[in-house]
Amino acid sequence: MNVPLHLWLIPLLPLAGFLLNGILGSRLPKWLVTTIALLAPLGAFGAVVYAYLSLNSIAPPPCVTTPCGPPGWVYTSLPHVETFGTWISLSSLHIDFSFALDQLTLVMLLVVTGVGFLIHIYSVGYMHGDPGYARYFSYLNLFLFFMTTLVLAGNVLVMFVGWEGVGLASYLLIGFWFNKTSAASAGMKAFVVNRIGDFGFLIGIFFLLANFGTLTFSEIATKLAASPAWTGGVLTTICLCLLVGATGKSAQLPLYVWLPDAMEGPTPVSALIHAATMVTAGVYMIARFHFLFDRSPFALSIVAIIGAATALFAATMGLAQNDIKRVLAYSTISQLGYMFLGCGVAAYSAAIFHLMTHAFFKALLFLGAGSAIHALGGEQDLRKMGGLRKKIPITFWTMTAAVLAISGFPGLSGFFSKDAILAAAFQQGTLGKALWAVGVFTAGLTALYMFRLWYLAFIGDSRDEHAHPHEGPWSILGPLVLLAILSIGGGWVSFGGRFYDFLAPVTGPRAESGPGSLEYILMGIAVGVGLLGWLIAHFNYKPGSARVSAAALAAEPTGFTKLLAHKYYVDEIYHAVFVRPLLITSRYILWWAVDSALLGGAAWLLGGIATLGGAILQRWQSGNLRSYAAWLAAGAATVLLFAFYASIGTYLGAHGIDVHWMGR
Amino acid sequence: MNFIQQDVPLNWYLLLSAALFCLGIVGFLLKRNIITVFMSIELMLNAVNLSFVTFAHQWHAVKGQIFVFFVMMVAAAEAAVGLAIIIAVFRVRNTLSVDRIDLMKL
Repeated sequence: MNVPLHLWLIPLLPLAGFLLNGILGSRLPKWLVTTIALLAPLGAFGAVVYAYLSLNSIAPPPCVTTPCGPPGWVYTSLPHVETFGTWISLSSLHIDFSFALDQLTLVMLLVVTGVGFLIHIYSVGYMHGDPGYARYFSYLNLFLFFMTTLVLAGNVLVMFVGWEGVGLASYLLIGFWFNKTSAASAGMKAFVVNRIGDFGFLIGIFFLLANFGTLTFSEIATKLAASPAWTGGVLTTICLCLLVGATGKSAQLPLYVWLPDAMEGPTPVSALIHAATMVTAGVYMIARFHFLFDRSPFALSIVAIIGAATALFAATMGLAQNDIKRVLAYSTISQLGYMFLGCGVAAYSAAIFHLMTHAFFKALLFLGAGSAIHALGGEQDLRKMGGLRKKIPITFWTMTAAVLAISGFPGLSGFFSKDAILAAAFQQGTLGKALWAVGVFTAGLTALYMFRLWYLAFIGDSRDEHAHPHEGPWSILGPLVLLAILSIGGGWVSFGGRFYDFLAPVTGPRAESGPGSLEYILMGIAVGVGLLGWLIAHFNYKPGSARVSAAALAAEPTGFTKLLAHKYYVDEIYHAVFVRPLLITSRYILWWAVDSALLGGAAWLLGGIATLGGAILQRWQSGNLRSYAAWLAAGAATVLLFAFYASIGTYLGAHGIDVHWMGR
Repeated sequence: MNFIQQDVPLNWYLLLSAALFCLGIVGFLLKRNIITVFMSIELMLNAVNLSFVTFAHQWHAVKGQIFVFFVMMVAAAEAAVGLAIIIAVFRVRNTLSVDRIDLMKL
């Protein structure tokens, strides 16, 4: 028997918030909109915590078989499945609306609703003057609804609903300021690029259905476990299809191009959707399907290579960006690359761990950047910032904590999770060692671009004398402080391997990290490289150095920096290779030839015939009484004539003469 | 009655009926004055009446004669309504020409 966990509450509360604020929001007073918008994620978070606490007390194995604990409690084992009804029921295919809760889901839910709630609070301060206040919060709640659905899904189809839904919410929020052309087109870009990934995911789902006859995660895992010799082959195909979906949603090579543009949305949206939660859905999906990926070493190595390549590629692009949010966007892509690398070396729990710590420090980075942007009245250009340390000290210190965490400063959250992934990669043969080297190099780059941002924005003197920065209200500072605490201390949940043991029932035992001494050596190398990155940033961007002089900042980048500043011209290449041919085909072949000429011509022809016929027949209706009478008489005469000849025919027929006319 | 039956063959009555009917049609189609048109309709009805009576006499069936009374009754009702309409139209349009009463034209 199951403990009622009321899993349905988790997605339905945000949905209720979305409906209330979406339909009535513009008529409600602002405080009520705020209350509804905040209660929805808070309630969902409460439901998750309740589920966690109810399940956490199960842990000792004897309790699983014999009820123990407080009287009246009957404990269950994970995964805990709740089914709400049948969705599709055909002869051999049966798909339910079902939610499944296991350790992986719990971690994701805690991150999504917890960080989500903090960002909701932050948004109250950040968006307070926006005319679309209620619309903004309804979209944000809608996002939480779909994200929790995605995470809780008990089968692939429900997951796909959430998957598509978060894409929709992302589109709506990127294009939130739809009057700005750049925001509207960034939203469309995100949507279209995600569609490409979703196509791969969908094909993967069809393959799963064809090969397993079910879409329920646990049933697929059971069927796979029943045939231990089954590796590679069609499983590789399925994994690669799913990987395409994951690269779209998680902004990996080659489908990462939408994420930097997604920064057109409000900054809290960038923090919630495009840093902490939605973009990690791909990582979650791969971890969820780890039993499939485990059977296909080829697909796993592809995942790892894509992850490492993306991490390096995005980090280099982040070096030369001047928009504070774009630096963070490329940093996000790079960190997601680490998570893919972790998945690719089968260290799923390490990847999920990095997902969690990344959610903390990257949300904090975005919110801190948002606080700085807010303080400067909307200025996003790093070159026009500077000297914010004195003006907005709380933002500065929380940002510092996040920068240290992402750079892998020992003891902070990013240090633990990144090291876990790198250590796991190092164990995977030659390829693993190469990927480890890429990862370590990227860690240096990470420290470099993060400290570049830090120096340019916060240290030195203000480069814009018109600016009068001021710290935001408590609703902005509160989440910053809480996330800073999590960024600093969040890594310690893995101390002694507890986090990995917690996830072990889902993702398998922790990846072998080798002998302790090796682990410390790898750790030392990573920290050393991070330190090197900081030193380079320090000598290049500390106050008074040549690179932060007004002339150097205003100068056009040259050489390799120019290549980086233009993001390797990937957008331009995609435009030339994919977008332009598509546009030309659409305009000249599909629009002009097929639509206008063929379809339009056919419709025009039919319409013309009808119009012409109508114009001719219209003459008949002359309105002249005598002409009508004449037609009446003519009609009567015709009937008579036919009757006359018909009677002749009948007469002749009666006499054995066959007359073939009038149908006789 | 006897001499009719003997001296005037059935065909003649029918031919007279047909001639009257055709006169009615021609009058209906060619005349512009609405009263003349109306009279043409009465002429056609009476032509039909004549053939009814003729056949009733020929077959010694009373049904045809009963039908004649029906037709006369309908014609009387029609005359009453029709003339009322004609007067109403004349008051509004100040004309009796059917060619000019064409408000319903497209």
